[in-house]
Amino acid sequence: MTTHQEPEPGNDEAVATTAHGTTPAVVGDPIADPGLPPHEPRPTDVDPHAERRAERQVATLFGLSTLFAILFVVSYFVFDVGKNPTVIAGYGASNVALGVTLGLALLLIGIGAIQWARKLMSDVEIVEMRHPASSSEQDRADAVAALDQGISDSGIARRPLLRNSLIGALAALGLPAVVALRDLGPLPRGDLAVTVWKKGMRLVNDVAGTPIKPSDVEIGQLINGEPAVFFEDKPNGEPKFEGTRLNDAKTKAAIIIVRMKPEDITPPKGRENWGVEGILCYSKICTHVGCPISLWEQQTHHLLCPCHQSTFDLADGGKVIFGPAARSLPQLPIMVDSEGYLVAQSDFTEPVGPSYWERG
Amino acid sequence: MSTTTNGRTAAKAPGNDKLAEAATWLDDRVGLATLAKKQIRKVFPDHWSFMLGEIALWSFVVLLLTGTFLTLWFKPSMTEVTYNGSYDLLRGVKMSEAYESALHLSFDVRGGLLMRQIHHWAANLFIAAMLVHLMRIFLTGAFRKPRELNWVIGSLLLLLGTLEGFTGYSLPDDLLSGTGIRAADGFMLAVPVVGTYVSFFLFGGQFPGDDIIPRLFTAHILLLPGILLALIGAHMLLLVFHKHTQWPGPGRTNDNVVGYPLLPVYTAKAGGFFFIVFGATALMGGLFTINPVWKFGPYDPSQVTAGSQPDWYMGWPDGALRIMPNWETHLWGFTLSWNVFLPIIVLPGVVFTAVLLLPFLEAWITGDKREHHLLQRPRNAPSRTALLVALMTFYGILWEASGNDLIATHFHLNLNYITYFNRIMVFVGPVLAFIITRRWCISLQRADRDRLLHGYESGIIMRSPEGAYAEKHLPISVDEAYTLTARDRVELPPPPGEVDSNGVANRKARGEGLRWRVRNFWFSHDIEKPTRTELEEAHHHAEHELSVRDDGHQHLTESGYTGDYELDGTPADGHQFDGRHDISGDELRKGH
Repeated sequence: MTTHQEPEPGNDEAVATTAHGTTPAVVGDPIADPGLPPHEPRPTDVDPHAERRAERQVATLFGLSTLFAILFVVSYFVFDVGKNPTVIAGYGASNVALGVTLGLALLLIGIGAIQWARKLMSDVEIVEMRHPASSSEQDRADAVAALDQGISDSGIARRPLLRNSLIGALAALGLPAVVALRDLGPLPRGDLAVTVWKKGMRLVNDVAGTPIKPSDVEIGQLINGEPAVFFEDKPNGEPKFEGTRLNDAKTKAAIIIVRMKPEDITPPKGRENWGVEGILCYSKICTHVGCPISLWEQQTHHLLCPCHQSTFDLADGGKVIFGPAARSLPQLPIMVDSEGYLVAQSDFTEPVGPSYWERG
Repeated sequence: MSTTTNGRTAAKAPGNDKLAEAATWLDDRVGLATLAKKQIRKVFPDHWSFMLGEIALWSFVVLLLTGTFLTLWFKPSMTEVTYNGSYDLLRGVKMSEAYESALHLSFDVRGGLLMRQIHHWAANLFIAAMLVHLMRIFLTGAFRKPRELNWVIGSLLLLLGTLEGFTGYSLPDDLLSGTGIRAADGFMLAVPVVGTYVSFFLFGGQFPGDDIIPRLFTAHILLLPGILLALIGAHMLLLVFHKHTQWPGPGRTNDNVVGYPLLPVYTAKAGGFFFIVFGATALMGGLFTINPVWKFGPYDPSQVTAGSQPDWYMGWPDGALRIMPNWETHLWGFTLSWNVFLPIIVLPGVVFTAVLLLPFLEAWITGDKREHHLLQRPRNAPSRTALLVALMTFYGILWEASGNDLIATHFHLNLNYITYFNRIMVFVGPVLAFIITRRWCISLQRADRDRLLHGYESGIIMRSPEGAYAEKHLPISVDEAYTLTARDRVELPPPPGEVDSNGVANRKARGEGLRWRVRNFWFSHDIEKPTRTELEEAHHHAEHELSVRDDGHQHLTESGYTGDYELDGTPADGHQFDGRHDISGDELRKGH
């Protein structure tokens, strides 16, 4: 494409040298450059009173900044944090006082400096010439010559054995670099497909750990549940699961227990006996990217994920009815144990949570 | 740089022997005077939009300062502890040490909450400023040769800044940030073939494990800031090397840079601006709560809060995730989660690559190989401006989609319909935006051309003796006319032939043909600036009318009307409608 250079009558020669790969500029197209307008003096340039006023103004700003810096220190010691933070409009007094004093101390320096520049420093514009980004032809040629000389001195082109063995050695160094990171984590060996649920494990309330009888669950109710093992202790009195191990297990084992009218439920084939008197149990972990789900609409039996709004129909086998999740919510088959509490019939029959490559 | 600057300046000050001595001592050892003499008075042009990148730079410095403060107390550990600090509502609750130390910082360290909030506000500002700066660069054509590489560096800064933000807000290990990491694990799992391995290696096993917070911490305070700092250094060095772009105007050409010197004006202005940015973020940290982690509670993988949303800059891929149809393929025992993989892994990668390549794409279209140091007004590159607005629309629709739940609850709208609407708009919106923006730019170009040819609307309404009214147009100043015309002309070459000038079949014809068509599309509707002949004709016309004023009597003009010049004879359209002249084919306001 050919486009014309900007009109730059003042710098005709410069245009010709800097404009790479372009057609020569059309001088004065269509209007000649009138050149920089003359400098207009500011009030502070011509009026000594205005100048002194500006000086006082800037000094006042800097002085106030100092004052606020001192006030910051005062606030630091005056206002308590911790047990009884004095509250201003819902925020700790300490935070508000420190933020405002620090903010003003900083702002006033900034405003003062800029005011100084605008009012008192010279505002005569300076013209600096540009140079093309590229080096001169001579420099380029010299650089290429130096490079050639260096390469030729090294003999890398003449000694392919040296070159290739070096390339091989450097490439081989990549192996230790990668292998050394091997212990970042264990290999996934089907861990994502299993949870702590097993036959006979009680479903318990997720806050107190109390086991649940069918009569405890009202129609339309949703209970956030967990496996009883999370609330059990080892013989030595320590919890069986705690800390990050508890979180690891919870990530897959969290459940929701809902009760609907039995006639509303249309169980998928083979799952007719997975519920107890209209009580069904599903994984709480969204099959999209793994958020816990708990927005329950009891009229429609829909469960909505708060993260990305996937919606599942719990009366219809946890089927996805809206949103980005692709798979139904996994269902935990449940029954009643000898004491009348809800227990799992088995572990989940499919992996819970987000899909992954090996899931199948 | 700053020490040298001070040293050299002081050395010049008369009667300041001590400093001169110190400067000499330094120069004897590092010899920086050669560099300093050129750079101390380096000229930078002035324009408000050049400040956007400065906001990004200074907020990064604020992040370094406040972040260092935070590391003195924050403990990147997932070891479980029982909270026993000042915040009543969580006392006795089991939580990770990371969360506990975040609470400690917020409630038991004086100024800790302030620094946390400044840090978070500055992070949001950092990325916002980078994004707006990027748009400014694109809209004004400041990315063109020789600055393409600085565009690439800047895009990388935006990407890394986003990652830095994500790793940062994930650290406190509260319920919200844990939910974010959980989702990120879901994203990794969706990567075909290696996803599960990536997840297990990153988390040191299954999610959440106890490695992720320390690992994110290392990335957040060492790895990413180190790379960011190096890239910012390179960005600044290239800026100094290229010299800043400037707006065209009288005396401001492609070969010079007109403005104020680094010392003292920009030292004061840019240095002062650092204090403004720091001060503004400090006020925000003091007055506006951000990320109140104590309200969310410690992370528990079985809990979530409604309305969970990431920081604003992660919004657009999250929106894509929300409106993506639920496609998943099962093949030979493997699962391909298009519903996650496409919107959250592929899409950001594609968009980022596209942004990275924009300068090269435009150069390919225009075939322009010249150096450009003069900025273009967005209207003078209608297709480019339209392309950016289309991208902004794409971004905006997705960003809005990431708030679909809040839009639904706040405006009582159906969530499903919002989602369907967004699914369509994310494709239709950018196209509409492109068309509208381009037409808008072209109209503005036309307005500029009219202004050059016919002058500005003076606001003076003239009434002819017969009662017709017309607004008087006066010529614009030479300075303005020069500024308006200081832009390239577009000359489209003829389409490439199937055979070249020697009659040999042109093997590149197909590629060149495509390029020619794209270039034609890119430029074909642009309104050209007037030529000198056109300007002279228009001015001649106006001058002729002016000349009438001199005799002050009825006078036959070229346009075939005479008039009484009681209105001082000043040129104004409308005089001809006095009932005594032939006005056939004439309009009240000619050419407007």
